Parts: sequence; C-alpha cells; structure tokens
Amino acid sequence: MSQIADSPAEKIEEGVPMDRLLFGDNQFFGINHMSEEKARTQALRFQDIEAVIEVLDAAYDEGIRTFMCTTHERIGLVCDHVRANQERYPDFLFFPGMPYAHKYANAVTEQGMLGAVKGFLPDEGLFDAAMRGGKSLATRDIEGMVTLLIDAEMKMFQGLRTPVVFLQNVVVDLLLGLGFNDAFAIFDRHVRERYGAEPGFITMNMPALLDTLDEVGVENPIVCSNINKIGFRMCGGVEAYEEALRERRFRAIAMSVFASGAVSPEEAIEWVCTQPNIESIVFGASSRRNIAGTRALVERHWPL
Amino acid sequence: MIRVGMVGLGKMGLSHHALFNAHPGVSVAGVCDSSRYVLSVLGRYTEVETYSDYEEMLEEARLDAVVIATPSRAHTSMVAAALERGLHVFCEKPLTLDPGESEGLAETAAERALATQVGYHNRFVATFREVKKLLGAGALGELHQVTGEAYGPVILKSQGRTWRSQRTEGGGCLYDYAAHVINLINWYCGTPEAIGGTALPSLFSRDTDDAALSTLYFGNGLTGQLNVNWSDESYRKMTTRITLRGSNGRIYADRQEIQVYLRDAGGAPDGYGQGWNVRYTTELTPPVWFYLRGEEYSEQVDSFVKRASNGATEGVNDFASAAQTDRTIAMMVADAARSPSTEHAHEDGETATPKRRRRLLARRSSA
Repeated sequence: MSQIADSPAEKIEEGVPMDRLLFGDNQFFGINHMSEEKARTQALRFQDIEAVIEVLDAAYDEGIRTFMCTTHERIGLVCDHVRANQERYPDFLFFPGMPYAHKYANAVTEQGMLGAVKGFLPDEGLFDAAMRGGKSLATRDIEGMVTLLIDAEMKMFQGLRTPVVFLQNVVVDLLLGLGFNDAFAIFDRHVRERYGAEPGFITMNMPALLDTLDEVGVENPIVCSNINKIGFRMCGGVEAYEEALRERRFRAIAMSVFASGAVSPEEAIEWVCTQPNIESIVFGASSRRNIAGTRALVERHWPL
Repeated sequence: MIRVGMVGLGKMGLSHHALFNAHPGVSVAGVCDSSRYVLSVLGRYTEVETYSDYEEMLEEARLDAVVIATPSRAHTSMVAAALERGLHVFCEKPLTLDPGESEGLAETAAERALATQVGYHNRFVATFREVKKLLGAGALGELHQVTGEAYGPVILKSQGRTWRSQRTEGGGCLYDYAAHVINLINWYCGTPEAIGGTALPSLFSRDTDDAALSTLYFGNGLTGQLNVNWSDESYRKMTTRITLRGSNGRIYADRQEIQVYLRDAGGAPDGYGQGWNVRYTTELTPPVWFYLRGEEYSEQVDSFVKRASNGATEGVNDFASAAQTDRTIAMMVADAARSPSTEHAHEDGETATPKRRRRLLARRSSA
C-alpha cells in the first residue's frame, strides 16, 4: 500500500486497506450520464458476460484488482467466474454496492412497497428468514428486514472476498433526506458483524452525509462521491467538498472524476489527484488501452 | 419556513418526503398514509408526526401546503379539501382522471390565489428546458412535426395487484408513462385540436394498457405522433425522447443530451450555430441543494416551495397546464374507444382477455 500524497500516514492504517485505483462497472450496464447513445453501444458490447470478463482481466493484469460493482444479477456471473478460477485471480477483491435500485423501483410499481420487499427476501434458509422477517413485520422492527435484504444482495458474493460493502447512493440519499439516520448505523453494524467487512456509503450529498454519519457515531467512514473539476453532481457545492476533504475525518473515494466525459482525462486526473486526502479513485473503462491510459495518468501524480 | 404535509408514502411520496424534508425552507409537519406499517416505521425512526387520516392532518398540523402522492383516483377530493382550507398544493401526476375536474380545481386555486404544481418533472430536466428555450426563440421556424416517445421495462409479465395495474384507478402506461411525454408535447405545442389512430393495447396487463400510440393534430400544419411502451425490457430504465421538426431544422432531446440541426442560426440563442449543435446534461444542469434521483426532482420541489412561499399562483406545471395534459389524455381514451385497431386485436385473440377488455371499452365510450 502506497502512501497518500498530502495525507497523514495513520489515516490509511485505520480500517481495511483500499487500493488507490478501483474499477467500476457502469460501463458494463449501459450507464452513461451524458449520452443514451453511448450507453446503448456499451450495453450491446457487453451483453455477453465474456466481454465483461475480458475487460476485468485486462484491468487485473494492469494491477487494478478491486472491482467496485452493483448487485445487478449479471454480476452474479462474474462472481461465478472468479470463484471457478481462483488461481487466475489470487488478489481479486469485490466491493459490492447494494442494491441495484432499478429492480426495486420497477418491482414497487408492479407489487407495491411491501410486496417488493417481500419479493426480494431470500429463499435460502427459509425458516430462519421467515422467522426473522415475520417478526420484523409484526413487531415493526425494521432492523430485521433491512439485514435480510442485505443478506439477499450479498448472496452472489459467497466465498469471495468483499472487504468493503457499499450502500448505493439512491438508498443513502433517500435515508438522508428522510432523516432515517439509524439505518446507517444498522447497515454499519450488520456489514461488520455478518461479513467482517467495512461499510461504505455512496452519496451525491457528501458534506451533508458526513454530518449525519457523525451524529449516529459511524466513525471515519468510507464515503464515495462525485469529485470532479466541474462540480457535476456535487451537492453542497465544490467549495463544501473541498472543505470536507481538507478538514473532515473520512476515507474519500472519488467517482465520476471525468464527469461522464465532460472533462478531458488529463485535466480531470490532474485536478482530482491534487485534491487533499482522496484515498481512491473509482473509474470505468472498456478497453485495456483506456485502463492503462488512466493508470498512467494517475501515476504521474500518485505513486501506485 | 413553510409547513408542509405529505399524503401518500408510496414510490413517489417517499421520494418527495425526502426532498421536502431536506429543503431548508420547509418543515415537514405531518405525513399521512393508509399503511400503518409505513407510518410506524417513519414515526419510530424519524421525528415526523404521522397521521392515518387525511382530514385529521389538515385539521391539526397547521399546514401551509400539502403534497399529494396518493393513487390518482383519490386526487380530486384530496386536492379540493386542501384548496378549501387555503393550502398550496403539489399533486403527483396526472392531476385527475377527468379533465373537467382538473380544470375546476385550477379555477378554484386561481380564485383563492393559491400556488399549485403537478409532478411533471420532465419540465425541470435541463435538456427538455433547453428545447423550450429554443422553441421560444423561434429557432426551428414554423413547427411541422413533433414525435414523443417513452420506453421502459416496468410491466414484463402478467401480474400486478396494486392500483397501478387498474386503469380505473389511474394505472397503466397511458396515465403513468405516456402522461409525461404528452405533458412535454403540451408544453411545446399546446393542446391538440383533434386526435386520431389511438391504440392503447394491453400486452401483459389484464386491466389496463401497456402501450399508447396516437396521432395528434394541432392545426397550423403541425402534426404529432406519440409512441410509448412500458413493457420493453431492452431499456434499463425509462427513456423519454422528443423530436421536433420545423422549417428551419430539427431538435432531438432526451434526458441527457440535446442535438439541434439548424439550417440558419439567425434566430437561435447564443452558442448555437448553423448545422449540428450538441449539448449535454453535464453542462446544462445547474447544481441543486440536495440530490436524490435526478436534479429535476430537486428543482421541482424547490420551485414549488418558492411559489408557495411567495404566493405565486402561476408557473411551470401549475394546475391549468396539467389540465391540458388530462384533456389530451381524455381525447386519446375517447379516440381509442373508436379505434378499429384495438377491436381487431381482440377479435384475433391477440390479447389474453378480450371480453373484459371490451367491457372496459364500452364503459369508456359511454362515459
């Protein structure tokens, strides 16, 4: 693990170590925040899971060993592949982010709120699930239900290394808006106890989330948010983000550093790498050339 | 600081609750839902006052405004009750299932000088707003043709037990999905004078439509087409597209980008030149105070809060404009009842339950 520029060494010694470059998965699922056309081209290219694995192999061979992914059902195929080929990927790490929100949103339209939740509860360990789930519904204790849903999302990663488990921004920011602050502590506790992992939080409202995590006692949290030169989806404003990076105690992961292509790679990386206290960057790429290119750009500023 | 009450904590209601609650100019003074489970969870884990009775909340919570996100069938009476008490109203779309009722509510609100808004969030999407700006500047010259499309993967199998699967409750692709596109078309082109060739086929749903196709006649040489389908798995999520053609060029817009082709840039706003012009959401979208699921949702909340705080009765998505959309939808429903295409499909046995469907159509045409 290399030292972080402009950052005290003890900061990274707390908690699980994270690589400086993490590989994201938006490109595999036709997600592009700038163009639907680009998104579709990517979706076509990656409809065969072999194409996804080929890119993951390229990233791995470039020394990018951490895959920060959603719990989209197709990730299950990647999990199967890594499980079946452990010798090829001795250092492969998954950082799962849950839930894959669109499947919930569509299910709510189809089945209603409680119907959707019930539909996603695990079928494995049925008795245990029914007892815990039944109790939680009857006693109105949401904790049991939340942990069941986490377990359902984590099922595909069984037997794989998941040292950090993220809550996706749609859920984080919904809970944050509702003031449902205890949910962050519930997630934190369950991820630590059940999976021996460190919880992470993805958000579009980083400064506000840090305040709330402080309030509920989640210390030195891993927080992944958009950090880019043009302030794209950095709610609270670039200045508030810069201040948080300088002054708050948390482990920052920068995503959307290229702002979906609105900033040139050189400019984007130079800016993000000179911000203080950013521990990791998560980025997506579709070819070995682009992966190597991003790595080389980052290497100009950070030792990798 | 305005005191806001939330009614209906389903998919949209929860999201509105989070955004209003996060707004610095708002105190959420009460939430109301028929599900005691949802209420008890919110009451227990957050500090909000909960009500299972709407009238009771109106009576006790000392509100300035309400946000109504209940099943569409319930909108009319709930909106009317709020207006009667002098409250500003934000209502989810569609405003009502009967354009006459929507127009009546718009009149009442105007008489009482109350702020109103309906949740057609596309009018707050930066690219779609850019289209409005370009049309306002006359960039396309004389408008000839508008095409509105929306596709998404909502209903992919034959099931559904909620109000959203019942047309009579306001469920279905027309009210849920197509309404957004129709609303954009109304914004750009007004209310059509006539409608033809409408089909509202059921693909998987038993009691409502899964697609909406129609031709819209606006007069003055402007014709529109609508093509919406919410049973298309090839889309990851809802995708909305607008194409406008005029004597001076073409505009294409979706949520993320706007592509403009201009034959002559003389009348276009600054930054637009002859030929192709492309703008992306990343450059067009201003930052918001809190982000949940798209800047447009934050902006529409902010717009309503400002309007309610200042007592501004007219503005983007006010009841009068939403009534235009309800009027257009009603014209489509009436046209579909006359349309041969739906009947033929049933006679050929292409849908699962033709008899039920015919009864629905008969009811509709007699209404």
